[in-house]
Amino acid sequence: MTVSCHWHFSFVTKARCALAAFSISRADVPSIRYPIIKNMVLQSLKNCLWPFCILRVPKACFRSTASGGLIIQSVSNDVYQNLAVEDWIHDHMDLEKQHILFLWRNSPAVVIGRHQNPWQECNLRLLRQKNIKLARRRSGGGTVYHDLGNINLTFFTTRKKYQRMENLKLVVKALKALRPQLDVHVTDRYDILLDRQYKISGTAAKLGRTSAYHHCTLLCNADKFVLSSVLKSPYKGLKSNATPSVPASVKNLFEEDPSLTSEILLDAIAKEYATQHQIDHHITLINPADETLLPGISNKTEELQTWEWVYGKTPKFSVSTCLNMAYKDSVLDVKINMDVKNGRIEVCNIDLPEHWLPPGLYSELIKSLTGSKFCPNETTTLVTTLLRVCPQDDELHSRWNLLCDNMIMLM
Amino acid sequence: MAAVTALRSSCRAAGRLVCIHRVRSCSSIRFIKSKYVCVFDKSALKFSHQQRLFRTSAVSCGQIVQFKLSDIGEGITEVTVKEWYVKEGDSVSQFDSICEVQSDKASVTITSRYDGVIRKLHYSIDEIAFVGKPLVDIEIDASKGVAPEEDVVETPPMSHEEHTHQEIKGHKTLATPAVRRLAMENNIKLSEVVGTGKDNRILKEDILNYLAKQTGAILPPSPKAEIVPPLRKTEAVPAAPKDKARKIPVPVSRPIVFSGKDKTEPVTGFQKAMVKTMSAALKIPHFGYCDEIDLTQLVQLREELKPLAEIRGVKLSFMPFFIKAASLGLLQYPILNASLDENCQNVTYKASHNIGVAMDTEQGLIVPNVKNVQVCSVFDIAVELNRLQSLGSAGQLGTSDLTGGTFTLSNIGTIGGTYTKPVILPPEVAIGALGKIQVLPRFNGKGEVFKAQIMNVSWSADHRIIDGATMARFSNLWKSYLENPASMLLDLK
Repeated sequence: MTVSCHWHFSFVTKARCALAAFSISRADVPSIRYPIIKNMVLQSLKNCLWPFCILRVPKACFRSTASGGLIIQSVSNDVYQNLAVEDWIHDHMDLEKQHILFLWRNSPAVVIGRHQNPWQECNLRLLRQKNIKLARRRSGGGTVYHDLGNINLTFFTTRKKYQRMENLKLVVKALKALRPQLDVHVTDRYDILLDRQYKISGTAAKLGRTSAYHHCTLLCNADKFVLSSVLKSPYKGLKSNATPSVPASVKNLFEEDPSLTSEILLDAIAKEYATQHQIDHHITLINPADETLLPGISNKTEELQTWEWVYGKTPKFSVSTCLNMAYKDSVLDVKINMDVKNGRIEVCNIDLPEHWLPPGLYSELIKSLTGSKFCPNETTTLVTTLLRVCPQDDELHSRWNLLCDNMIMLM
Repeated sequence: MAAVTALRSSCRAAGRLVCIHRVRSCSSIRFIKSKYVCVFDKSALKFSHQQRLFRTSAVSCGQIVQFKLSDIGEGITEVTVKEWYVKEGDSVSQFDSICEVQSDKASVTITSRYDGVIRKLHYSIDEIAFVGKPLVDIEIDASKGVAPEEDVVETPPMSHEEHTHQEIKGHKTLATPAVRRLAMENNIKLSEVVGTGKDNRILKEDILNYLAKQTGAILPPSPKAEIVPPLRKTEAVPAAPKDKARKIPVPVSRPIVFSGKDKTEPVTGFQKAMVKTMSAALKIPHFGYCDEIDLTQLVQLREELKPLAEIRGVKLSFMPFFIKAASLGLLQYPILNASLDENCQNVTYKASHNIGVAMDTEQGLIVPNVKNVQVCSVFDIAVELNRLQSLGSAGQLGTSDLTGGTFTLSNIGTIGGTYTKPVILPPEVAIGALGKIQVLPRFNGKGEVFKAQIMNVSWSADHRIIDGATMARFSNLWKSYLENPASMLLDLK
């Protein structure tokens, strides 16, 4: 039986020369009878390989789909930088010769899917108060909360080799190898469940022309209290076709087994990936701020932070709600209808009692809000600046401020 | 197919383009105006109406190809269209992104396989699109001599190479249409370029490398870079010119013409409000009054007080002193803390000194104010300023912070400048702008030269109710408080 060998080299050709000098080819190995000698031959074949050489030997019993691989880990905890690295690898690296596993963790952040509506998905007010970042990734799927107790894994392959189930099975295999008693399995919605009920991992993917990536989270020791409070949206009356998230009860792996930490889990997954791709269990650290290593990365990082990307890419939605404003001794019901496109107010209707505000001022307010960002900061500066050209009447000012404060609460 | 291509090349040689033959041989291609025969020769161009005929015919001669949605993988048959990057009438090049579709947590970017013009979008946003069914219709520009893959229209796509090659007989150089166009635009002969792709195919980087060698131009990064363990620089060719480019900007004459386009954006939101405010401010007749303040003593005082404030957890800058001194001045000259109504009938003297501090943020100029400075100590003002500054940089200032101001100070000196001409913010009547603190030589009482910390102040006031003398006296009082900080103690309430 002959076994064919495929050689993959990163840069060096020394190993090829070295192996050519060997009289015994790998093809002859199965025919060596004595196991000790067979092992010695195999070992010495491996030793003479240059470290960067990646050997692919299809096994006799099953057709291995694994090819060469590379495991990298980010040294940064900035969600925008790490998402930029994913974009960079997706756009610039040739994944024909090697697949890549990217490991990363973020300081507290909420990450929404490509086509989601942040107002629907999370409590933006709470995020601003607690200084938790909001990021929109380029892959689809739902909203997740990241902190250092949550690890992220991205599997980069060519588009043809895109295989989410295999990747998740790898993760489950790694977990089981680490702690055999863990009851973890992959569902057909590409989630990983613990004890058949708690979600510990969610998945999303991005496919391009030639390459694709599948990333997933893994809850090790995240702050569940913050998680549940930030992922609950207080905004009412939103109607949109944006992808909704499916809420699920979650549990940390740490709660199941307190000896598990993020580092241990990262290492176990890297080890399993190395085994499956038959490469060294070596994790390369990369710095997402390194422009020489990743040219163009700072532009990608910046783009991910712009308002136009995070909020402006929200699919068209409408806000239809009623403000209950307590003014003097009465409560006013004010109906508000707004259409928001690309994060900007396209149409705005405020149903106020007649002459509660002078008509000129009311139309000025509507005109200014139209085309303005659906953003509390923008609206605050807008309405306070407009107030400067209004008649200086305390009663009028207090009504104006009351209405505007209530409207800003919707954003 | 071979017959068509042979025919086309011979026609080109003859200087004529005959489209009508194509109608017969390629039945799968549709034409919009097949009745126009685009036969022409050079003599016919003399006649203007035939020229017109030529032009319209050339457009209709482009073949329309239905670009089908390719296989997504994992047995998925339908996706939702989430965003279009093109609209009908846009021109696209090969590999340009056309749209974004989503299927079960996967977001897919669909790229164009052809160069041409989008003629029809088959789906609108949020509609379900089916794999294997047409997504867009693209009209391929026939005059450029591109050989589209007509067979792709029928076969399931994404299972073969996207590069067009070997269909045009006689060509030895292999390159995609996009690469060919790039070479043509730069007058490069493909035979002179060394191909580094599969089968010596010429890639885009090869064209760029060729250009770089010719002109030493700065190149965009190599699209197929690699992350090298352990973090060595890649051996890709553009590395050397890139290094040089980082050190010294090399002025070169680029062969590629850069067409910078004007960008027009609507004035919206906050900017619109600023336009209104400033237009109203223009109606106020401004006059200016400037002076120079010797802050040597104040600088010393602040150095002594800074650590005390830090112990209390507060950053102490010069602004709290300026603000408090202004408030003390306003007590003597309350007309500067007033407001004139729209019809200039009444002047309202405001009781509270709500002194605004101009802040420069990402959005632009915002002016939060410190309320009731007349009853605040310098330390209270410092605390409030800290709070406003942190909220301002986080973009979280509230309406109450931004309204009710009666007087404004703008410390433009932190950015730079000496004398300025500030614009009054209605409904106020006065504003002061502070320049930077410079160390300059001055004469003291004994006639000796000493190092003085000099800052310039520029006041603007509404000349309808404030006269120059009032402004000058207010400024002198303010100046005396700051030049001799101990004198503030006498008048502090």
